[in-house]
Amino acid sequence: MNAKTLFEKVWEQHQVVPETADTPAVLYIDLHLVHEVTSPQAFSLLRSQGLKVRRLDRTLATMDHSTPTDPDEVFGRIPIKVESAARQVQELDKNCRAFGVELLGLDSDQRGIVHVIGPEQGATQPGKTIVCGDSHTATHGAFGALAFGIGTTEVGHVLATQCLLQRRPKTLAIEVKGRLAPGVTAKDLILAIIGKIGVSGGTGHVIEYRGEAIEAMSMDERMTICNMSIEAGARAGMIAPDETTFAYMKGRRLAPQGADWDKAVEQWRQLKTDPGATFDRVVEIDASVLEPMITYGTHPGMVVAISGSVPVRANDPVHEKSLAYMGLTGGEKLVGKPIQVVFVGSCTNARLSDLEQAASILKGRKVAQGVRALIVPGSQQVKREAEARGLDKIFIDAGAEWRESGCSMCLGMNGDLVDKGQYAVSTSNRNFEGRQGIGARTLLASPATAAAAAIAGRITDPREYLTALKA
Amino acid sequence: MQPIRIIESKTVVLPSSNIDTDQIIPARFLTTTTKEGLGKAAFSDWRYDSAGAPNPDFILNRPEAAGSLILVAGRNFGCGSSREHAPWALVDFGFRAVISTEIADIFRSNSLKNGLLPIVVDEATHAWLLANPGAQVRIDLETNSLTLPNGTTVKFPVESFARYCLLNGTDELGFLQKQENAIAKFEQNRV
Repeated sequence: MNAKTLFEKVWEQHQVVPETADTPAVLYIDLHLVHEVTSPQAFSLLRSQGLKVRRLDRTLATMDHSTPTDPDEVFGRIPIKVESAARQVQELDKNCRAFGVELLGLDSDQRGIVHVIGPEQGATQPGKTIVCGDSHTATHGAFGALAFGIGTTEVGHVLATQCLLQRRPKTLAIEVKGRLAPGVTAKDLILAIIGKIGVSGGTGHVIEYRGEAIEAMSMDERMTICNMSIEAGARAGMIAPDETTFAYMKGRRLAPQGADWDKAVEQWRQLKTDPGATFDRVVEIDASVLEPMITYGTHPGMVVAISGSVPVRANDPVHEKSLAYMGLTGGEKLVGKPIQVVFVGSCTNARLSDLEQAASILKGRKVAQGVRALIVPGSQQVKREAEARGLDKIFIDAGAEWRESGCSMCLGMNGDLVDKGQYAVSTSNRNFEGRQGIGARTLLASPATAAAAAIAGRITDPREYLTALKA
Repeated sequence: MQPIRIIESKTVVLPSSNIDTDQIIPARFLTTTTKEGLGKAAFSDWRYDSAGAPNPDFILNRPEAAGSLILVAGRNFGCGSSREHAPWALVDFGFRAVISTEIADIFRSNSLKNGLLPIVVDEATHAWLLANPGAQVRIDLETNSLTLPNGTTVKFPVESFARYCLLNGTDELGFLQKQENAIAKFEQNRV
């Protein structure tokens, strides 16, 4: 009778006031991550009403979306080129000082993409409720947290009250059977899941990713999976914490220490779906049959196996409009299509293992002539770790650009843009029209597929390079 | 916020499904630090050509769209980014309601907080609205109903508390602040 899902356990532990027919639940928020784009108007609200930040100890700010990745701009040797972005960065700095919020600012060696630094700092923990004015907050669910994106009005609510008004979402289990084949990555799996359930398949639901392939994944891989939950319409995606989770977290700056650590781990072990607990929906997918995946259209559900062709959909004007934007035709093979840009980065795929994946293919090879390859680590710490392993040298020797951390070309707010009409193989999360620049044509894929495309100058199955490495 | 009860207007139709918030307002407009004046950026990449001239074929640039309060859009409107700039831009442009068969969660939540009513209707009603752009439609939030020009009335769901706030022109923050005792008690019990 009392069997509960992971989501239900975390939800129930955070209800300050349960929901009624007339009012949503008052949900307590353990960790509020703040960044420069979606916070200025929330701080203005606090100012106009004479309010303060209720729990500074549960609020952590960084800057990532509008920040430059050129080291000369980052370290103040030249002004930030995008003036409005510079003003926004200054505004966050000003707001954090005025309200006393801890800020990992432009000059901090712990700065980075908000969804990379939360886990990295140990702030992201199992069983927590975590929000941020950013839809990719789902990333933190990889630790068994209930983490979701909110709007700026809600950012104001959390700053002022540490709570949100929320209706309880439904639950969706995604059961992943089998293991991924060599050369097929977490990114390929989540793209395949979105392709299967559709870009609104998770609307109104919290996803729990389960099964053998998920349990076998590293934390970096689990974060890639949960990160793109919103691309299936789900505000949150969760994975039950286990030994892999605890090993990742142990010793991190904001993780519990000493006796507190042991006590915390004991509690975290309870955070899994009980046998017999039921979900509102269950979807199964077989990981073992998947190939590397790549998108061909203008939303992440428009995705095929890399050996496949652009689908033909007669009498579907939306499909046709999307293909016209992409400069593709139904039936066309994707492999061999020339590309001009490669972007390895974003909150989806800019952690150390993602960079290692790209480097394993780029090592000793050259980026094809006419291709711009931009490699942007997810945080300054990832950057240092990558450099300690010599990855920066591999990238630079290959002819790629190696940058300071940030969201960068995922959405181009800082001026890192794809030009009109160019094809970009990107490890980011959205292939929407204009996402990477006006008229830019984004093909979402894994870091391995992006690196293979960089070398070949064309869409390429990354497994060709794996075979070459093994031979 | 102004109370909302009746929204009566001709519709504007954007039939594409999965219109994401990057289309509603592209990222380059998000470096603003205020909410005001974003209407000029709404659907910018569809409204203007690369030289910044209005695209005469795009519906929002056409005379028949002027003054419309109601946007009818294809399935899964507002997917993608959590940017509240999307409803800010739509409201500043002049819209007060968006009708579709599916509306993305975060966009719906953000819209309700900004006086933009997200309305989910059945497939048949939606198909009729898509096929009849410019139809005069009446929305009554008091009765949760949408009336078509032929008098057909359909009900639509709205979360009860958000509906209360819209009808009364009040916001959720005041309600949350009144929970202070419960919040403080919750915090004490958890330590």
